[in-house]
Amino acid sequence: MNETNTARGIASHYRRVDVESTAVSTADGSEDTRGPANGDRVLTIRDLSVEIRRGERVVRPVSGVNLALNRGETLGIVGETGSGKSMTGFAIMGMLPAGGRVTGGSIDLGGKELVGLPAAQYRAIRGNDVAMVFQDSMTALNPTRRIGEQVAEPVRLHQGASKRAARGRAEEMLALVGLPRPAERLDDYPHQLSGGMRQRVMIAMALVCEPRVVIADEPTTALDVTIQAEILELLDDLKSRLGMSMILITHDMGVIARHADRVGVMYGGRVAETGPTPVLFSRTRHRYTHALLSSIPSLTHDRSEELFSIPGAPPDLTVAHVGCPFAPRCDAATDRCREEQPALSTEEDGHAHACWHPASGPTARVRARFAASTAILPEREAAPRLRVVDLRREYPAGSAGLFGRRRTVKAVSGVSFEVAAGETFGLVGESGCGKSSLGRMLVALDRPTSGEVIFDGEPVTRMSARALGARRTQLQMMFQDSNASLDPRMRIGTILREPLAIQGVGTRAQRTARARELLQDVGLPAGVMERYPHELSGGQRQRVGLARALALDPKVLVADEPVSALDVSIRSQVLNLMRRIQLERGLSSVVISHDLAVVRYLADRVGVMYLGKLVETGTTEEVYGAAAHPYTAGLLAAVPEADPRTRRPRLSARVRGELPSPIDPPSGCRFRTRCALATALCAETEPPLEPLAGTHRVACHHPLQQKRSAELTTR
Amino acid sequence: MTSRDMDAMTTATDAAADTATDAAARAEAEITTARNPVSARSALRWLRRNPLGLTGGLLLVLIAGFCFLGPLLYHTNQTEVDLVNAALPPGPGYPLGTDTNGFDVLGRLMEGGQVSLQIGLLAALFATTIGTVYGAVAGLAGGVVDGFLMRLVDIMLSVPFLFFVLILSARFHANALSLSLVIGGFSWLVSARLVRGEVLTLRVREFVLAARVMGASRRRLILTHLIPNALGVIIVNITFQVADAVLVVAALGFLGFGLTYPTADWGSQLASGVTYISADYWWLIYPVGGCIILTVLALNLLADALRDAVGRRAD
Repeated sequence: MNETNTARGIASHYRRVDVESTAVSTADGSEDTRGPANGDRVLTIRDLSVEIRRGERVVRPVSGVNLALNRGETLGIVGETGSGKSMTGFAIMGMLPAGGRVTGGSIDLGGKELVGLPAAQYRAIRGNDVAMVFQDSMTALNPTRRIGEQVAEPVRLHQGASKRAARGRAEEMLALVGLPRPAERLDDYPHQLSGGMRQRVMIAMALVCEPRVVIADEPTTALDVTIQAEILELLDDLKSRLGMSMILITHDMGVIARHADRVGVMYGGRVAETGPTPVLFSRTRHRYTHALLSSIPSLTHDRSEELFSIPGAPPDLTVAHVGCPFAPRCDAATDRCREEQPALSTEEDGHAHACWHPASGPTARVRARFAASTAILPEREAAPRLRVVDLRREYPAGSAGLFGRRRTVKAVSGVSFEVAAGETFGLVGESGCGKSSLGRMLVALDRPTSGEVIFDGEPVTRMSARALGARRTQLQMMFQDSNASLDPRMRIGTILREPLAIQGVGTRAQRTARARELLQDVGLPAGVMERYPHELSGGQRQRVGLARALALDPKVLVADEPVSALDVSIRSQVLNLMRRIQLERGLSSVVISHDLAVVRYLADRVGVMYLGKLVETGTTEEVYGAAAHPYTAGLLAAVPEADPRTRRPRLSARVRGELPSPIDPPSGCRFRTRCALATALCAETEPPLEPLAGTHRVACHHPLQQKRSAELTTR
Repeated sequence: MTSRDMDAMTTATDAAADTATDAAARAEAEITTARNPVSARSALRWLRRNPLGLTGGLLLVLIAGFCFLGPLLYHTNQTEVDLVNAALPPGPGYPLGTDTNGFDVLGRLMEGGQVSLQIGLLAALFATTIGTVYGAVAGLAGGVVDGFLMRLVDIMLSVPFLFFVLILSARFHANALSLSLVIGGFSWLVSARLVRGEVLTLRVREFVLAARVMGASRRRLILTHLIPNALGVIIVNITFQVADAVLVVAALGFLGFGLTYPTADWGSQLASGVTYISADYWWLIYPVGGCIILTVLALNLLADALRDAVGRRAD
C-alpha cells in the first residue's frame, strides 16, 4: 500500500508542474518558453520517404517528411487513416512492414543516422533509445508471459541486468505507471488486468530503459474517455519526470490540443502544417488543417449550425500525385495547386505550412445553418412514439456450481425513457454500460428479461414473431460498422432492395426505383448500385447503411455508434446527412454513442448510462450545460477539446478508476466506487431518477445542480 | 504472398498501405479479407499468382485428360483376358507393359482412373451436400438441437469407418454409385462440423442482424446470406474431400473390397501388382502408385491454394 501512495505522490507532484508549464506556454503563445534551442534537438527527420512494395503494387505512405523533436518536448503527429503518421513512427523504429523500405531522407537520432543502420545496431537502439507504446495492449503484450517478465525483458536485453535486478526495476516501473500493488501484480498475466491497466503495463515496458524518445502510436484509441485522460496524463508526467521526448501519433485533434507542445499535421503522406500547438490552432494556415478543425463536432459549438465537411476521400497513395495532395478536396484550390507541389515554408515561431493559398483568420468557419434550426421538443399532450418501461436484460455468465445461483451479467437494469415523434434521443456512456444491449432490444433483436418496449401503444417485446415481422418496417437500425453490416456478396442495389423484397413492397422495377431514390437522398450516385460493398469507401458504405435503414420509411431509427468507425473528415459528412434526414423526415431516432460530441450534435434529449442504469436525462442543453450527475460531469471533463486554449479541468472533476464488474454491481448507487462525492448514504440506498428542473432528471444523492422543483415538492 | 495481399490488390479503392500497418486498420483488413467474396475471376487471378496452386490445377487437368480423353486416342482391349501376352515388361506395342491377365497397363490406368475420379467426385459431392445442410441447420438452430446433432456427429466420427465399409462391401456387390454413396455417407461429418462453425460466426454478423431487423425469415437468412457467404469454405472443402475419397477408393480396392471384376480402379490394380512383387513386375506398381500420389497431391495443392484465397482454415 505504501508503494502505491509514494507513486501517487510523485505522480501528482509532476502533474502539477506540468499543468503550470502548459499555462505558461499558452499565455506566451510561442515555442521558446518550452522549446529549447537547436542544440537540444533529439531527433531530426529530413525528407523521409517510405515505399512499400506488395506484389506489383507500390504504395508511398510517406513522402518527403520533415519533422524535428526537441528534448523534453511532445510532438504530436495528427492525421487520418492513410496519412502516413503511423508509418513515420514505424520508420523511426526501423520496423517497417514486409516489403517496406526507406527510399530517401534521413532520420537523425542525437547525431546518429538511423537510415541504413545494420540490423544488429538497430536492435541496440530499439527499446533502449527509442521505444514505442502500441495502440492495442491486448495484442501487443504476450498473453503467455507474466507482465513482470515482459517489463523486465528490455532491461535484461539492453542493460544486461541480472534477473533479480531486472525484476526489481520492473516493479519500480510498474509503481511509477500507477499499477496498484505492483509487487503482487508482477506475476499476473495480461488477461488478468483491465484495458487501462494493460496500457499502463505497456507504457512501463516502453519506458523501463528510460529511452530518449518514446513513440506513442494511438496509445488511447482503444480506451474509454475517462481512462484515456488518465493514460495521457500519465504519459505527460513520465515524460517530464524521466526527461524524455515524446512523439504522440493520433487522429484526435483534441488529444493533440491538450497534450502536444508542437504539432505536425499529415495528409497524403506529407506534412501539411507544423508548428507550436497554440500557434497552429489559433493561426491555422493550411487549408486542410483549417477544414479538419471546422469539421469536428465539439462540446461548445452551436448545434443549429451544420458541421463543415470536406468533400471526397483521402488520396490513393498507390498512384503518383502531382501538386498538392489536398487539392481535389480543397475549395480554395487553383490550377497551381493541381500542378505544383507546395514546399513547407516557415513563418514565425517555427510555424510552417505547405499551401499555396494559406488561410488567414480564425478557424471558425462560416457554417450553413439548418433550415429548421430549433430542436423539436416533445409535445406534452401527445403520446410518445416509443416508450421504454423498466427494461432489464441479464445475460448468463459462465456456469454456476451445482447448488450455486447462476451468475448473470446485468447489462441493462431498469431503464425507462420516452421518445416523442420527430425527436432524437441520445444514449451516451462508456463501453460496457449496456447502451448497445438496450439498442438491440429497441429494435427487437433481443428480448428483455423484464420490462417493455412500447411502440405506438403496442408492446413490441411481447409480440409474436409474425406480428413483429410486419412491425419491423417501423423500427429500423443503423449499424456501427457498415463494413460488417452490408453482405459482402451482394451488390449495393440488391442490398437496398432487400428490405423491400422481404416486406413484399412493390415490383422489382419499383424497388429499383426506390433504391435509386434512396441513394440520391444520401448523396450517392446511382452508379453505386452495381458495386460491391468493398469497392466503396467507409463513408460511402455508411451512407448505404443509412439508406437501407430508411428504405422502409421507418418511424423509429436506432443508430448504434453511427460514425465511430469513420475518419474525422468523413465523419462530419455522415453526421450532417443524419441530422438533415432527421429534420426532413420527422423521424424519431435513438442515437447510441460513446462520443459525447456526436450525441450532442445529433440529439435533442440525452440519457447518460452507467453500468446498466440511466443516471441523468434531460435536453441536450440541460445535460451538457449543467451536468448534475458527477459521472456526467466527469465524462464531459475527460473529453479533450480541439482547442489548446480551453483549460484542463480540475483533477477532482475526473472519473477515476475502472468500471466495476456488471456481474456484481456495487450496492446503492452504482457509481459510488468512482465518485468523489460518495457518502455512506450512496452505498445504502439507490438514488431514484428524480426531476431537477424542467425535463432534467438525475439519479444522485448529491447532485451538482440544485434540485429546485424536487426540493419544493418533498418539503 | 498472403490472401491479404490479394485482397489489397483487388480492392483498388481501399485506402493506402499505411492502413495495413496501422494496428486497428490491420485488424480491419483481416476482417475484410475474410469477408470479401471470392468471385470466380479473382480466384483465377489469384491462382495465377500462386505457383503451387496453379501446378495443382494444371496437374489435375492433365490427369483428367489422361483418364477421360486418353482412351479415345489410345485404344486397348480391357475386357478379354490375353494370357499369351501376360506380364510383359514395357516395350513396343505396350508402352507400360501388360498385367498378369494380359491387359495393357497404360489403358488400364486410364480406365481405372476414370472410376477413381468419378467415385471421388461423387462421394465428395454427397458428403458436402449432406454436411452443409446438416451443419447449417445445427448452427442456426443452436441450443439443444445443435448439441444433439453435433454429439451425433461425434459418435459417428468415433466409429471405425473402414470397418463399416468393409462389412458393407462384403455383403453387397459394389458399383461406382453405391461406393460413392457409402464413402460420402461417412465423410460428411467433417463438412458438417466445418459448416456449423462457419454458420455460428456468420449468424451473429451485423449483416445478418440487419436482415433480421428488416424482418427476414429464417429460410431467407440461410439461402441469401448464410450459404453464399459460407460458399468459399464449402468449395475448398469439396476439393479436400475429393482427395480423401480418391485415397479411400484406392485403399478399398487394394484390400480387395472395391469394385467387382473386371471393372478396375487404381486401388485394385495396385493390389494385383503387389501380389507379384517378388516377380519384380515393377511396371504393375510404379505407374499406378504414381497416378494415385499425383492426383491426391494435385488436389491438395489446389485445395490449399483455394483455402488461402478464401482466407480461412477450412480443414
